[in-house]
Amino acid sequence: MEAVGYVCPTAFYIEEDIYTGRLTMTPVKPDAAVLVEHISKTFHQGEAGSFIGRLRGQHPAREVQALRDVSFQVARGEIFGILGPNGSGKSTLIRVLSTLIIPDTGRALVFGHDVVKEDMVVKRLINRVSVEASFFKKLSPIENLMYGARLYGLTGKEARERILDILRRLGLRESSFDQPMEEMSRGMQQKVAIARAFLTSPILLLLDEPTTGLDPRSKKEVQQLILSLRDQHDATIILCTHDMEEAESLCDRIAILDEGRIVALDTPDGLKRLVGGPSVSMEDVFLALTGKHLDEEGEAVAPTQPA
Amino acid sequence: MSAILYELRASYAFVERNLNLVKRYMGWEIVWFAYSLASALSITYIGAAMERISGADVNTDYLVLYLLIGTLVWRFLSILFNDISEMIQWERWEGTIEYTLMAPIHRLTHMVGQTLFAILHGALFTLGIAVIIILFFDVSLEGANVLGALLVLLAGSFSFIGLGIMASVLPLLFPERGAQMTNVVQALLLLFSGVYYPVEVLPGWMEAIARVSPATYVLVNIRAALLQGEPTRSLLPIIVLLSLAGVILTFVGLWVFRQAELYAKRTGRLKRNG
Repeated sequence: MEAVGYVCPTAFYIEEDIYTGRLTMTPVKPDAAVLVEHISKTFHQGEAGSFIGRLRGQHPAREVQALRDVSFQVARGEIFGILGPNGSGKSTLIRVLSTLIIPDTGRALVFGHDVVKEDMVVKRLINRVSVEASFFKKLSPIENLMYGARLYGLTGKEARERILDILRRLGLRESSFDQPMEEMSRGMQQKVAIARAFLTSPILLLLDEPTTGLDPRSKKEVQQLILSLRDQHDATIILCTHDMEEAESLCDRIAILDEGRIVALDTPDGLKRLVGGPSVSMEDVFLALTGKHLDEEGEAVAPTQPA
Repeated sequence: MSAILYELRASYAFVERNLNLVKRYMGWEIVWFAYSLASALSITYIGAAMERISGADVNTDYLVLYLLIGTLVWRFLSILFNDISEMIQWERWEGTIEYTLMAPIHRLTHMVGQTLFAILHGALFTLGIAVIIILFFDVSLEGANVLGALLVLLAGSFSFIGLGIMASVLPLLFPERGAQMTNVVQALLLLFSGVYYPVEVLPGWMEAIARVSPATYVLVNIRAALLQGEPTRSLLPIIVLLSLAGVILTFVGLWVFRQAELYAKRTGRLKRNG
């Protein structure tokens, strides 16, 4: 078949037969920003799962299957949501992509580079914002960001200029630039965490519940920042959340993760169609696909039984 | 060249970050300095009091200098060991460990930065204590080979860097108890290395262990240089041996750290609270 092809934003390579006009869709490989294939991860918890316990040949007290045969692709420039309750495996998946956890089986590629075998290359392409703003609490935003900038090879002058520019753009008061992070609100801390991610210009940004615990205003501001990062910096974003509204409003596609498995993956509208139609809410979608509700803290709760 | 510059900048990130932390935790630094000074003075006064304690004729000046060398050398080496071995523990406590370990830098770069800070920190701290202690005692370094002693200390420092890197894996492997374990390692080094006494006074099995501690050779040879004026030429073989042991221990330390990091990544132990 003689064909012309192009990459569409939904991570499929579409080929059109120039004689018949017939379209064929194949999953994108070379142009995928992220390719995850059959990733599984089990953790061993409890004393017998410790290093000494293993040396003694003891069996682990408890096994937790965090990820079970997870596969998906993310296209360049896409905001890809991972929606699931606490303990569903979202953070483990982000840690695998961040080179912080080695999967038991399967592989994950970031722009074609294996996260285990080519971790140093992958580290240059990514940055991560996690639910807890990971900072030296006594250091100021400038001192924390300077540390981050130098780790990514920026000179002191270059870093300082960029830091001041980003912090001003994020709307941080100049008086807070030199105050310890521990004296700032969580919303402000999270903005600094996003500034740290902006600073290194990642082409893949991994966001692990960046708005959890924020007040509505800070949440809105952080969400705006996420959109501007995609639009202005051409970044691909993977966003883990248990906030249905956030997932629906920000993400091009959403994977629903439950007990380590992807139970559905589609656009928000596609997911709604799957369980009823455009009038259903994401809560309905989640309930229909997992049999669970999510409370505000992201804990899965069983649906109320009729009397 | 640009790759080297990149790594050097990243190494400096650790020096600058740690200096900022010292500045922000200055209160603790002062407390620790006061405690170390009091401890060093107390130990040195044992030497000054020995004639009264024993009732025998004792060369007090020699004994004071003997103990002073022990306390100052140990202060420097223990800061070196602490600053390196606790780097993982600090980051785990602050919650930054994952951020640092996902940065695109080699572990050698990480360790070089941490080591440069540790040397600077240890040297300034020890110098401060030395200057104050000298005001309390009539210490004479006449005939002492200070340069030789410093060379021995520098060569011995490499071994402590290697040992510190190896000890730093404990908080990686044991998130709950790793920090306590590094303190035990440090205490054992203090006991076995003849910091305040010749290792020959130890029971046979302890003396055998003392013979494999690099600190034993550092202390014996610094005392030889400062107390007996041993010339640098005759110290050269031990300086070379200590440097060689340091290089080997540093590379073994880096290898051990790499293995521990991989283990932590397989078992999910990098997470903030273990």
